[in-house]
Amino acid sequence: MHDNATFEFLCRMGDNTLVLGHRVSEWCGVSPVLEEDIALANTALDLIGQTQMWLGLAGDIEGKGRSADDLAMLRDVWDFRNLLLVEQPNGDFGQTLMRQFLFDAWHVRMLQALTGSSDKRIAEIAAKAVKEASYHVERSGDTVIGLGDGTAESHGRMQAALDLLWPYVGEMFICDDVDEAMKSAGIAPDPNDLRAGFDSHVTQVMTDATLLIPEDDFAHKGGKNGHRHSEHLGHMLTQMQWLQRAYPGASW
Amino acid sequence: MSAPNSAYPDTPEAQPEKPKRHEWPLWEIFIRGQHGMSHRHVGSLHAADAEMAIKNARDVYTRRNEGVSIWAVQASHIAASSPSHKGPLYEPSESKVYRHPTFFDIPDEVGAM
Amino acid sequence: MYAQMVKSTGQGVKSLDDMEPQERAFQERIDAGDKIEPKDWMPDGYRKTLIRQIGQHGHSEIVGQLPEGNWITRAPTLERKAILLAKVQDEAGHGLYLYCAAETLGVSRDELTEDLLSGKMKYSSIFNYPTLTWADMGAVGWLVDGAAIMNQVPLQRTSYGPYARAMVRICKEESFHQRQGYDIMMKMARGTPAQKRMAQDALNRFWYPSLMMFGPSDKDSVHSAQSMAWKIKMNTNDELRQKFVDQTVPQAEYLGLTVPDETLQWNEGKGGYDFAEPDWSEFFDVIKGNGPCNRERLAARNKAWDDGKWVRDGLLAHAEKRASKKVAAE
Repeated sequence: MHDNATFEFLCRMGDNTLVLGHRVSEWCGVSPVLEEDIALANTALDLIGQTQMWLGLAGDIEGKGRSADDLAMLRDVWDFRNLLLVEQPNGDFGQTLMRQFLFDAWHVRMLQALTGSSDKRIAEIAAKAVKEASYHVERSGDTVIGLGDGTAESHGRMQAALDLLWPYVGEMFICDDVDEAMKSAGIAPDPNDLRAGFDSHVTQVMTDATLLIPEDDFAHKGGKNGHRHSEHLGHMLTQMQWLQRAYPGASW
Repeated sequence: MSAPNSAYPDTPEAQPEKPKRHEWPLWEIFIRGQHGMSHRHVGSLHAADAEMAIKNARDVYTRRNEGVSIWAVQASHIAASSPSHKGPLYEPSESKVYRHPTFFDIPDEVGAM
Repeated sequence: MYAQMVKSTGQGVKSLDDMEPQERAFQERIDAGDKIEPKDWMPDGYRKTLIRQIGQHGHSEIVGQLPEGNWITRAPTLERKAILLAKVQDEAGHGLYLYCAAETLGVSRDELTEDLLSGKMKYSSIFNYPTLTWADMGAVGWLVDGAAIMNQVPLQRTSYGPYARAMVRICKEESFHQRQGYDIMMKMARGTPAQKRMAQDALNRFWYPSLMMFGPSDKDSVHSAQSMAWKIKMNTNDELRQKFVDQTVPQAEYLGLTVPDETLQWNEGKGGYDFAEPDWSEFFDVIKGNGPCNRERLAARNKAWDDGKWVRDGLLAHAEKRASKKVAAE
């Protein structure tokens, strides 16, 4: 049970970075300004690198000989364990950066906690990833502020993005059986414990951005336990996994 | 905002009659590498303000581990010497060869100096 | 090349004796290997030709992101995805360095961008070809970047300081591009029959467009002669094309792939290969806008620029608000 739960947990971490890294990479070559193009690619590269580590470790712990690539390219939607937030489509640049900031503000706290994990391998991955995430959250936070407190148009678009994505925030803090097992083994924190820090960070940024956090705290769920993903994920996988599916067994 | 060419005020604008667009200003980027050397000019980029210039520089100019410290200076704030003064500015130092240690012959027996 | 058929003054090269003193002093500095810097006096034709050339080169890097960006979301492994993304990211960086070099000549990035988007300025013909299979990522790195490097390495010695410095940085970063392309080709050529077929097909489709990158023969071109006198063009198109073929044919043989040219033959006398010229009428069609992907490429860049306007404006408005708040507080 313990190893099963750890495998599940690692898939959650790795699928988040896999799916979000993929989404961010969709911006390559078409972002609003060259400097942003380069910065977004850096974020995507960090996330892909973290994916290799999380899913690599997941495969080791599972012990069935599956590599990070096998897990990324050969599982179907119901086996993915990422948050619904990260599979949401890019929308406009503001929506992409809002999604990024909301994820980063959670991610950096989760990784910070994982640096003290009782599992040394997890602590090591987190120690590397938390540095990347700290930069991500600074950059995405600044951009949310800049666009929120920019022109009337940029303000309106950012408020719309926040309204659209806020219902996907709650899932990050749900505590289920896997989280309970991780918590009691000292492997990972209780997600609830990350909420206060997240809320004060997000409130500060949204205040600076002159944006209003929606009062309704309804939360969509079903991503991190794989129970019910959105329709978007399947389309992403058809693209991401196409070569591996069309030419099984080939080496690339 | 600043004229795109403001780091080089002697250079005539290509199309002076056209009004300049509202662009992000140009910044000159200086990076100090790993080994304790001085900051060195590595290139330019555009950013809306200084904080963004530093972040953009991090993303654009340190992708291959090039640096540990970044300076960003808005290009219009750089004062530059004029090429027509090249002679008076730099040639006088050419004759002061005694400023260079190799000017002096020290016998080998004296040892390292 | 990335800057194909750049027109210079069209006047032909003047002899030193025909020049006014200022221009003569300028040419003598170039002949002596001096670098020209932004604040130095320069002939109008030199400035204009450089803006066209560096601009075209920069545009090629920017549009060049698209054919490879086409495969980032379909890369077969996480590592391949990361490598390809890092490579396309480098191209954005190269475009940025080049635009900044052009800006020292008195043109702004937005002006250059608008000239690209309106079709007034060109970019390399090669990026108007589609990337249809994963092997194309190999072929583009191996052949297209290989051809680009042929041109870029000598340009590190070009007479205009900011351009030369941009090229130094670009060449340093570029060396991984061709290698990652060849690495993909090796995997494919040694892979399953389907992969091998993809590899051969990619070579078949990219061979002649790669040869076209160097532009038509310019041995009689007045533009090229002037650009070479100014040291903003270092070799003739034919020289570079020959060098490219001589370098690439053995690499294709190593892969076990066939260069799609039945006339290809080693010529002992000249110490190089004899090879078939590409179809230059196709080249001129592509330059005129009738390549397989011209419309898509320009439409993609236009959309990115239009969609991004509110972001650029928003961030600038915020920076200005902050600056005026800061002034008010002081």
